[in-house]
Amino acid sequence: MNNSVRAGILVLIVAALAACTAPPPAPSTPKTLVVLVPQSGGSVGAVSVKTKQGEALIDRPYASATAAGGAPVIGNSSPSQVQQVFGAAINARPQPPVSYTLNFLEGRDEYTPESRAVFETILSELGKRPTADIAVIGHTDRVGALEYNDRLSLQRTDRVRADLIKRGVPERSISVAGRGEREPLVATADEVPEPRNRRVEINIR
Amino acid sequence: MMNQIVRSISVVAASLFALSSVAADDAGQIKVVNGSVTIERDGGSLTAVPGARVLQSDTLRTGANSSVGITLTDNTLLSAGPDSVLVLERYAFNSTTHQGQLDAGLRRGTLSMVSGKLAKQSPDAVRVITPATVLGARGTEFHVQVAD
Repeated sequence: MNNSVRAGILVLIVAALAACTAPPPAPSTPKTLVVLVPQSGGSVGAVSVKTKQGEALIDRPYASATAAGGAPVIGNSSPSQVQQVFGAAINARPQPPVSYTLNFLEGRDEYTPESRAVFETILSELGKRPTADIAVIGHTDRVGALEYNDRLSLQRTDRVRADLIKRGVPERSISVAGRGEREPLVATADEVPEPRNRRVEINIR
Repeated sequence: MMNQIVRSISVVAASLFALSSVAADDAGQIKVVNGSVTIERDGGSLTAVPGARVLQSDTLRTGANSSVGITLTDNTLLSAGPDSVLVLERYAFNSTTHQGQLDAGLRRGTLSMVSGKLAKQSPDAVRVITPATVLGARGTEFHVQVAD
């Protein structure tokens, strides 16, 4: 192969590579704007922003990124801009899910006296949420055999489910699961009585 | 009499099938509807109402002056403003391990997201995909707009 042919091939390869890496013509890509805001608890997370041309991370309150075919451009937004652009979406946000814990007497499916009051709080919360999904998850302490505690945790969830239905909560909105002694709130050795682990968690979405 | 029995058996069988197929792809529930909102699923179109289930692969469309709010089973809150197209491209959530994946596609309009349990489990588990970007949510609250 002579030198001029070699040079010609090299030019072709370089041209082909350049064609591959050149940014695609993308004037029609709609523009994306992303704005990070503080969570209701006050903490701020982060959002990674990836495009074909680059990557950026926004991790300060009201930091923004825009992109429309090119690399992301970092900027600043403000509460008033957020309200103007995203007010309708924010107003349609569902109520955040809530969780409650009911405690039980040792070895039984009877509520502790304090938990009877919590049960009433749960009912009033459900009254404000007409489309609530309710997950009822039963637990026990580590007194007794694993199988016994599996059954006891389900007796406790069944008790809660029956009481909810009795008070007018639609049966189809309730799902139950029993975890027995597998997920203690407070770690203990086996056969140790622990009132805080005798519980049913109620997650309302 | 026999016909009635056969009919009721097939109704029961059909509803069991419906329940199981819903459970497999179930992603969440519509909680808030303002104005006109539709769910596109399997080539058809349904009117979105509060309480309706949302499944993986559903497309939600909001009309002018309309908005929708959805709670997913991992407690992610998604809400979209007017003239928006939101596609639930991928959703999987294991309620025991909290592992899974959420890919929400915003084709146009506005989306507000409060991330749930999936985003706490793994940094790449929750993504919002727009025509220009892929956004990764790291346990957070943020807003996205796609505009021409």
